[in-house]
Amino acid sequence: MKSILPILTVVAAIIVLWYGAAVWLNSKWVYDQAARAGVEVSFSEVVKQTMNQERPKLPAPHQVAAELWKTTVEKKITSKRSLIFHSWITLSATLLGFAIGTGLGILLAVGIVHNRAMDMSVMPWAIASQTIPIIAIAPMIIVVLNSVGIQGLLPKAIISAYLSFFPVVVGMVKGLRSPGMMELDQMKTWNASPAQTFWKLRLPASMPYLFASLKVGIAASLVGAIVGELPTGAIRGLGARLLSGSYYGQTVQIWAALLAAAILAAGLVGIVGLIQRITLRRMGMAQ
Amino acid sequence: MSWLLFAMLFWVVALWVNIRLANSSLSETRAVKLAVPVIFGVTVLVVWEGVVRGLEVPPVILPPPSAIAVKFATSLPILWEDFVQTFIKGTLTGYILGCGSAVAVAIAIDRSDFLQRGLLPVGNFIAALPIIGTAPIMVMWFGFDWQSKAAVVVAMVFFPMLVNTVQGLAASEAMQRDLMKTYSASYWQTLLKLRLPAAMPFIFNGLKISTTLALIGAIVAEFFGSPIRGMGFRISTEVGRLALDMVWAEIAVAAIAGSVFYGAVALIEKGVTFWHPSQRG
Repeated sequence: MKSILPILTVVAAIIVLWYGAAVWLNSKWVYDQAARAGVEVSFSEVVKQTMNQERPKLPAPHQVAAELWKTTVEKKITSKRSLIFHSWITLSATLLGFAIGTGLGILLAVGIVHNRAMDMSVMPWAIASQTIPIIAIAPMIIVVLNSVGIQGLLPKAIISAYLSFFPVVVGMVKGLRSPGMMELDQMKTWNASPAQTFWKLRLPASMPYLFASLKVGIAASLVGAIVGELPTGAIRGLGARLLSGSYYGQTVQIWAALLAAAILAAGLVGIVGLIQRITLRRMGMAQ
Repeated sequence: MSWLLFAMLFWVVALWVNIRLANSSLSETRAVKLAVPVIFGVTVLVVWEGVVRGLEVPPVILPPPSAIAVKFATSLPILWEDFVQTFIKGTLTGYILGCGSAVAVAIAIDRSDFLQRGLLPVGNFIAALPIIGTAPIMVMWFGFDWQSKAAVVVAMVFFPMLVNTVQGLAASEAMQRDLMKTYSASYWQTLLKLRLPAAMPFIFNGLKISTTLALIGAIVAEFFGSPIRGMGFRISTEVGRLALDMVWAEIAVAAIAGSVFYGAVALIEKGVTFWHPSQRG
């Protein structure tokens, strides 16, 4: 708990820097307006005007907070202008994709650990795939699935699944292999079958690794869902809010969507972290 | 039909060869370890080609690998131009700026325990956020050209790099630091001769994570606006024209660039951290 004060200091410093940057970046517009009107503006006047522009270069924190409040609390959640509505679109794709990707990833990892041929042929590709920007295929998946009549949630979920799949495979393989020779020998002396070894030793031992990759995976899923919303044009979801904001120069809207995405990501990672802590504690593995 | 049969046959044979190889006494040799994944990769390509031709899948849904290879070979100048725009200008510039400044900041806050305790959790937190979303903002601030892509890359790699470097600087052992003290080494001498070298495995870990992040950042940022070149731009426009062979060629370039970039950093790591247990193998 002794970290609270330093963290608050850093957060406060970030907000102060943000305000400073807002004044600095937005003042040009104020000076231009003043020059056009032929009036002199004092510095305090400039500062005041940089705080409340309609399309600032960098909206001040309170503007973003106000926009967030306006688009979440004051709008009905069925409204197209509600950020909760858009967040839900993105969140549902993220969660569906994450579930698919994690499920398949765990299955493949189990296969890899138990089948030598699979291990040797698939594993190098799974590792190599982490070095390439697979998100580049997102627009293609969306458009191709769209052309065969699949729209909406599923294409985005496939991208999310794809992005969370490989971290889970790699982490889970590492985890299932984490029991040492000694533990495996112990299972052998008990005459345990491969299935028993799997359920009673390998799977429990893999949990810390699994949760570490789940945290990476869910963050990647969210990025996948957001990027998956870009190519269909600005229709629905947080990615669409970002895109339409950038089309129409609505900077406040972009920042609000960005902050909503950040809150969503933090929430998702936080939930996974919480499940991790509870699970590991009940398993007696908490550090 | 014959294409489908051929693909199936090839698949069965390749599967049989791989199982035999993996379970043979040779399976620990280098050649087999290399051959098995290569056979698997070739099989995927052959089955892909066979299924696409056999079922006559229209090229606007999935082009066969041969068509992609032809497109790749015939549009090398365009691919090169995109590569220079996205990778050399956008990704590399941002990568160097972002990683360099993160290491500099990590060293700057190294002496303040207070700042470290504040910045580490915040940095860890920010590293998990979808920073890619800042792309439209950067495009607005820095224009359509590569500068905005470099800025996105800087934002993407900064925090993972910062967190890794700070952890690395704390990695030297108390005994080693005490030894430096008995030599009456100054702060900077300790930093340069003990703590930075000891931090290298962590720093390279950050550098390796950042290679992928950097390329992702540069490509996705181009979806938000770009001059008429660049890998992300090409992918999004060619998808719009349903020229999927070009999209796949561009993806191949991205994959090659990504793995070579990662491989290069890993190679440098091998040279720098030759003393670390993970490198002595």
